Amino acid sequence: MQQTPTRTDRDPDRARDADRTAAPERPGEPILSVRGLKTHFATDEGVVRAVDGVDFDLHPGEVLGIVGESGCGKSITMKSVMRLVQHPGRIVAGEIRYRRPAGDGKKAIDVDLATLRPQGRAIRRIRGGDIALIPQEPMASFSPLHSIGDQIVEAILLHQRVGRREAKRIAIEKLAEVGMPNPQQRFDAYSWQLSGGLRQRAVIALALSCNPSVLVADEPTTAIDVTTQAQVLELLKDLQRDHGSSIVFITHDLGVIAQLADHVVVMYLGRVMEQGPVRDIFHAPQHPYTRALLQSVPSLHAEPRVALPTVSGSIPHPLHRPTGCPFHPRCPDAMPGRCDVAMPAMASVDGRPPVACFLHHDQAEEDAA
Amino acid sequence: MHWFILKRLMVVPLLLFIFSIIAFVLIQAPPGDYLTSYIAELAQGGTTITQDQIDSLRRQYGLDQPVYVQYFLWVGNLLQGDLGYSFEWRRSNAELIGERLLLTLALTTLSLIFTWVVAIPIGIISATRQYSVIDYVFTVLNYIGLATPNFLLALVLMWIAFDSFGLSVTGLFSPEFQQAPWSWARFADMMGKIWLPMIVLGTAGTAQIARVVRANLLDELGKPYTEMARAKGLPEWKLVLKYPTRVAIAPVVSTLGWYFPQLLSGGLVVAVVMSLPTIGPLLLRALVGQDMYLAGTIILIYCILTVVGTLVSDVLLALLDPRIRMDGA
Amino acid sequence: MAAKTDATSQVYVAPAWKMTWWRFRKHKLAVFCLWLIGLIALISISPQFFATTDPYATSARRAYIPTQFIRVVHDGQLTMPFVYGVVGERNQRTLRMEWVIDDEVRYPVRFFVRGFEYRFLGLIPTDRHLIGFAGAPPGETPALLGTDRLGRDQWSRLMYGTQISMSIGLVAVALSTLLGIILGGISGYFGGLTDNIIQRIIELLQALPPIPVWLALSAALPRTWPVTLVYFAITIILALLGWTRLAREVRGRFLSLREEDFVTAARLVGASRVRIIFSHMVPSFTSHIIAAVTLAIPLMILNETFLSFLGLGLRPPAISWGVMLQEAQNLQSVVNAPWLLLPGAFVIIAVLALNILGDGLRDAADPYAN
Repeated sequence: MQQTPTRTDRDPDRARDADRTAAPERPGEPILSVRGLKTHFATDEGVVRAVDGVDFDLHPGEVLGIVGESGCGKSITMKSVMRLVQHPGRIVAGEIRYRRPAGDGKKAIDVDLATLRPQGRAIRRIRGGDIALIPQEPMASFSPLHSIGDQIVEAILLHQRVGRREAKRIAIEKLAEVGMPNPQQRFDAYSWQLSGGLRQRAVIALALSCNPSVLVADEPTTAIDVTTQAQVLELLKDLQRDHGSSIVFITHDLGVIAQLADHVVVMYLGRVMEQGPVRDIFHAPQHPYTRALLQSVPSLHAEPRVALPTVSGSIPHPLHRPTGCPFHPRCPDAMPGRCDVAMPAMASVDGRPPVACFLHHDQAEEDAA
Repeated sequence: MHWFILKRLMVVPLLLFIFSIIAFVLIQAPPGDYLTSYIAELAQGGTTITQDQIDSLRRQYGLDQPVYVQYFLWVGNLLQGDLGYSFEWRRSNAELIGERLLLTLALTTLSLIFTWVVAIPIGIISATRQYSVIDYVFTVLNYIGLATPNFLLALVLMWIAFDSFGLSVTGLFSPEFQQAPWSWARFADMMGKIWLPMIVLGTAGTAQIARVVRANLLDELGKPYTEMARAKGLPEWKLVLKYPTRVAIAPVVSTLGWYFPQLLSGGLVVAVVMSLPTIGPLLLRALVGQDMYLAGTIILIYCILTVVGTLVSDVLLALLDPRIRMDGA
Repeated sequence: MAAKTDATSQVYVAPAWKMTWWRFRKHKLAVFCLWLIGLIALISISPQFFATTDPYATSARRAYIPTQFIRVVHDGQLTMPFVYGVVGERNQRTLRMEWVIDDEVRYPVRFFVRGFEYRFLGLIPTDRHLIGFAGAPPGETPALLGTDRLGRDQWSRLMYGTQISMSIGLVAVALSTLLGIILGGISGYFGGLTDNIIQRIIELLQALPPIPVWLALSAALPRTWPVTLVYFAITIILALLGWTRLAREVRGRFLSLREEDFVTAARLVGASRVRIIFSHMVPSFTSHIIAAVTLAIPLMILNETFLSFLGLGLRPPAISWGVMLQEAQNLQSVVNAPWLLLPGAFVIIAVLALNILGDGLRDAADPYAN
């Protein structure tokens, strides 16, 4: 079990606040650090640049939220990290540095995941064992022909040196841990015999079964109803606190981010627009896109009987990307002759979190003309 | 599970009853009966036959009774294990059909196994290497396999075997074993010859089933559970075989229901071309010669085998897919 | 940019069949097969025009002549298309005529030549034929695909056979489609008990082993019936077991369409039942039906070939692909005259083209593809 060095208080909210006031810089070495990641899909119609230059760090024990509208490349980013992108998609550039100290009976790892063969032994060890996935659709994430217990045991046997009986014990223990009622009996159940909430719990148990250092939760709550959603989020929070693992939480729901994340990455059309501590992003958003997203969240303080603002326009066709800043056609503050010509670089001004916008600085990216 | 099988079993007698009626109607359909053509034959040969003799023959075969009585006589005899008597061969039907049925079943089963053993790997390879050269090659071969009537394939293969190797690959036995009783030598002789009809019979089905496997597997490969298995860190081939392939193959097992009868049917034409001692050519001859009880019995046997094939495929499907199994409980 | 917007808006208003056609055009192989089927259809419409000689004319002297293909190279030099003559010699031991190519004699190929008289499309009397051979003595027309046991010209027979085989497939499928659409439609529309009864009947028919049943039914046809009557009877027999698949398809489409949002929407805005069926439901499944029908034709062609091959389908003097293949029923005849198998190649090409065409149509008809 890993503990972050700064975590002294058992209450996560207070601990988080304390972290932030004491040290705005994030502590320690990042466990995962992505630089200049580009994942492109070569289709018949042309190349879709689903992820087009993404940088971010994930620190131990941290919850990192990746937000953006659907199609912004947030899922592909994390699939690239896990090397799960299938043909015709391909990582064309960038580094994915995964660094984990020894512990938990596992050796220290320091590797660039982008250089591994996508089906090779090295990445397969990390997949599931070190970086686990909580998928988008819990409904379909279990094979209908195999019991859920069988599918969890399989993962345990892959990554831990235990026998079949011990693996079953661990699986039942994990099922109990995620709050599955009657874990003994549910072990032999098939996924289609469970309700949506229980299926999601079973998927989480599967992801946790090998004590991963990084959990990638890919919109885990979109397919289930609101009450269950809250329970699942609560569960994730508890688990994160108990295990101290890092979570990358992919969602389009800003409410969930506010509730759960420490650090936020805002993505649009395969690029990071802005990133920073959750409090800064929510209280002092810099990028017009972030602002527009935040305005479209319903709020108690909003003027009654006024239409909820939306982000105007719609996401451009993936094959017809705008020139310059990808957001400029929809941006209320776009500067003609500037934003439609050059892509602003990620840069921080006056110690504020980094943002890719000419409203805040003048740095343009060299290669993106 | 038991309930599931029981439910399926309960339909069988009803099906067999209906099929026996259909078979009986089919053999009654031709104008006249065996006696009319027999008498015509005798008259041609110069033998005259008196009306009394004809009447006694009719009584002997029950042909003077109303149609429904004839039906019940026939079915009643069948139920007692009496398959009737062949007018043309002057032998009991059981004797005629016996060994031929065994050989038919052996050939059909072998072709079925051949089909699966070839088609499933082809389907898996095509699906996992979609749009690769090997996928295109298999696709082309599949189309050709589907378009080739099996008797034509039989003729071409026989011709090649004869032309290039001087082999005359007709029948299932060499002359010296034709009438011999079963022995190891006879069995070995048969196995040396049965492979060609097996390939011929299985080819069209191989094409069909490989297509089904490919399409199903392509669907399943895109499903989240496949990605989840990959995210667990399973090796690619292992996860493909364990998860999507099993889901994709389940419906293939259910094709046994229609594929088995199709093989039986198709075997008929191949058997004629390759002069195989199966029930197909016997049926053809019985139909042409209006040997109606023999024809009816063989048609009914085809129906029974079809029902059995469907039943077996239902049970296999239930074994493979817990959803169906539990549904029946 | 403006052009692109135009193209885009065109896509939005295109009717379903047009979208299907656009998607279909992308499938190059299927388009090629469409042309091929078009050619075969042309042959079926007027086989006499494509035939070189009377397909019924027998000549004991000219039995088993091997193929005399059209060539363009003579003595290593490119020339106008021609065929070589053949000379026959009786083998003194087997007493069979053995034919060898005689490259001294060349018959140049001519187009739109005069030959035997016929009525084009059964109406216009003419004696023009697509190809002919200059200088060939009467009664000795070179046999492009060889001759059979009775010395009949296989090429000409194949042209005539195409008409019968294709039309029998087409008519049988038309009959099954009619039966399938009516019964499938009734089943899908009324549901309940009617649906249940029709479905059980379909299951029962599908459980019957097809070839033995077809054989038994065909065997019941009196030997004394004339050719045309047998032709129609065989068509009906083929259709009798063939309609079940189409009926299932239609019923399935009907049921799923009934639940579709756009049908519910049409119902909610108060469209009449007739309007819903004809302007909303029918257009969205015609392309599926066309695809299903296209895939059913090759099966019927194969079935006719089976039946005729076994001697229980069409009977001589009728000419179909199956009847022609009857000449090659055993190893002996194939070894002696391999060209007797050539009609089989024609069957394969026709069935292959129809299958690929049908698959292309089916893929194009699926609005959710891609």
